[in-house]
Amino acid sequence: MRKLKNSLITSLTWLIVIIFFFPVFWMFINAFKSEQDASAIPPTLIFEPNFSGFQRLMDRGMADYLLNSLTSSVLSTLIVLLLAIPAAYALSIRPIKKIQDVLFFFISTRFLPAAASLLPLYMIFKSLGVLDNINALSLVYAAMNLPIAVWMMRSFFNEVPMEIVEAAQIDGANFRTELIRIVLPIVLPGIAAVALICFIFSWNEYFLATLLTTSDAKTAPPFLASFVDGRGLFLGVLSAASMVAALPVLIAGWIAQKQLVRGLAMGAVK
Amino acid sequence: MLSKKRVITFGAMLGISALALSGCAASTGAGGDVTLTLATVNNGNMVDMESLKGEFEAANPGIKVNFQVMEEGDLRSAVTADVANAAGQYDIVTIGAYEVPQWGANGWLTDLTEGLNDGSYDVEDILPPVRSALSVDGKQYAVPFYGESSILMYNKEILDAAGQKLSKNPTWQEVAAVAKAVKTDDVAGICLRGKPGWGDLFAPLTTVVQTFGGSWYDMNWDAQVNSPAFVEAVTFYKNLLDEAGQPNPVDYSFNECLNALKEGKVAMWYDASVAASFLEADDSPVKGKLAYSHAPVVKTKESGWLWSWNLAVPANTKNKDAAIKFVKWATSKEYHNLVGTKLGWSKVPPGARISTYSIPEYKEASAAYGPITLEVMNAVNPVQPGVNPQPWVGIQYVAIPEFQEVGNQVAQLVADAIAGRTTVKEALDKGQKIAQVAGDAQK
Repeated sequence: MRKLKNSLITSLTWLIVIIFFFPVFWMFINAFKSEQDASAIPPTLIFEPNFSGFQRLMDRGMADYLLNSLTSSVLSTLIVLLLAIPAAYALSIRPIKKIQDVLFFFISTRFLPAAASLLPLYMIFKSLGVLDNINALSLVYAAMNLPIAVWMMRSFFNEVPMEIVEAAQIDGANFRTELIRIVLPIVLPGIAAVALICFIFSWNEYFLATLLTTSDAKTAPPFLASFVDGRGLFLGVLSAASMVAALPVLIAGWIAQKQLVRGLAMGAVK
Repeated sequence: MLSKKRVITFGAMLGISALALSGCAASTGAGGDVTLTLATVNNGNMVDMESLKGEFEAANPGIKVNFQVMEEGDLRSAVTADVANAAGQYDIVTIGAYEVPQWGANGWLTDLTEGLNDGSYDVEDILPPVRSALSVDGKQYAVPFYGESSILMYNKEILDAAGQKLSKNPTWQEVAAVAKAVKTDDVAGICLRGKPGWGDLFAPLTTVVQTFGGSWYDMNWDAQVNSPAFVEAVTFYKNLLDEAGQPNPVDYSFNECLNALKEGKVAMWYDASVAASFLEADDSPVKGKLAYSHAPVVKTKESGWLWSWNLAVPANTKNKDAAIKFVKWATSKEYHNLVGTKLGWSKVPPGARISTYSIPEYKEASAAYGPITLEVMNAVNPVQPGVNPQPWVGIQYVAIPEFQEVGNQVAQLVADAIAGRTTVKEALDKGQKIAQVAGDAQK
């Protein structure tokens, strides 16, 4: 009976994995089809590989858009980590007064839908002359991701045994030593998890990138959407573009896999 | 309370950040060179224009053109934000016939009337109905890059096999009878858009409503969505889909119907005239097997829609002269000849200039669909497309800012009715309330 139950759970797990993985697999397959094959009904699994979609990406200069995405994602993630680590530390290891209010304030900044803040943001960007500026876009992404990063980092810092911190203090460690040499190495997997999540959020951001950038700072997501054609076939080239755009995130996730699992597990314990 | 030193430090940091960001902002060309930024959609004609921009740049040293291709919805949002806020990010924008009169009236676009008025450009050659849809109070705010109407396309082989015939100006009743007669288990009689959206379902459906005698609004901006004529038209459309249409119609818009007709899964299709150029392309399996008729009618003489993608120059661009120069080049007779000789005559942008239809090579390349496209585009009347007069210029849309939202909401309700989740009457009663709110705002 137990064996049957285990088999059922395993089968169910595989089914869920397949359901989640299938769209990615289909995107990968379509990327190598001609437009006719990619939109054929019923769908075709046997086809002659076709690289015209990738050729079109190169012709349209996808590398520039990917570089902008990379710049905004890395820059915003660095800013987030730089600000979220001390903030979360202050809220966890050395808690301030009215900590719950502060935490609520942080997360409440995420309550406003992006569409509601767009127009003021657009006007500010225009007044500062920073429309179509990748650094300005990175700042916005950092501001968007900061509350989540602070919450996550705080839960990781809460995992650190206070005894270790106190021992370091008795040994004469100052604040900087205590944070950098004692606490941060313990929460490193958590930092990796936060960094990856912030990176993914920034990499995939579509709405603001579409409206706050024009050409020099345009990122990959609006570029992908530009292949959608109301009067023609586009599934093949869109799949090719999506595949190329998804690769950096997949690689980053794969590299940080071990840290990520440990980091997410840390948060989960709390 | 913050100390004075902290406030100064914070202020200085903010200032430095702003300066740093400004310093990184995109710069305009140096040494008198101009880089024009053109926002456009991803369709074949626009892609062709990008591939030929080198010819313009070679003939106009010092002017470069940077194409920014966007998805249609993104283009609308990005360009609206830009022109409405006078941000000046784009020098040339691609906008639809729906936006031009509204934006022109708002003062967001450059009046091109004078700029286009030189003999060599021949502004009179632009198709009159299209030109009238792009003008407000005699001022022309945009130039059509390509235009289209709607026609009925049908597979002659399927109709012949069933012993059916269609006239060049059929009625909807005729079309419905033929659709039912040719329908089999494998082939639907007709493909019609059912996907919710003002530009999807309601593009063809509005023309059906108009020829049945209905309209979105009367002259007092009172909504007419649940009027007997509107209800009759939508009921006819739904019944036709139920009895002879493609399966799951709410999943179908232009691309889906195009594929269905190409693959021989439907016998007829009522949609944009530009589809004919895809159906008659060399790689099309139905090339030479199709025939084309005017949009079916009931109470009006014509019922085709009128749409154009147009090039306009935002009022706040810093490079107005260079932008107008490019717009004129891209919509000139010379450009049409350039496309024909460099890329092939079937790729010449249709529906913009009358003279295009007199070019022998183009006539040959578009023999199957060129004449009917010109005929229909010249015959439609954007000022009064239906039986009754209307307080706006436009056929398959209402030229008010609220229409996108109204059209999308009512389209969702009608799609629910088409899918059998509600009745046509219930859907249109709800739609009437939505449309009336927008109508009241115009009074």
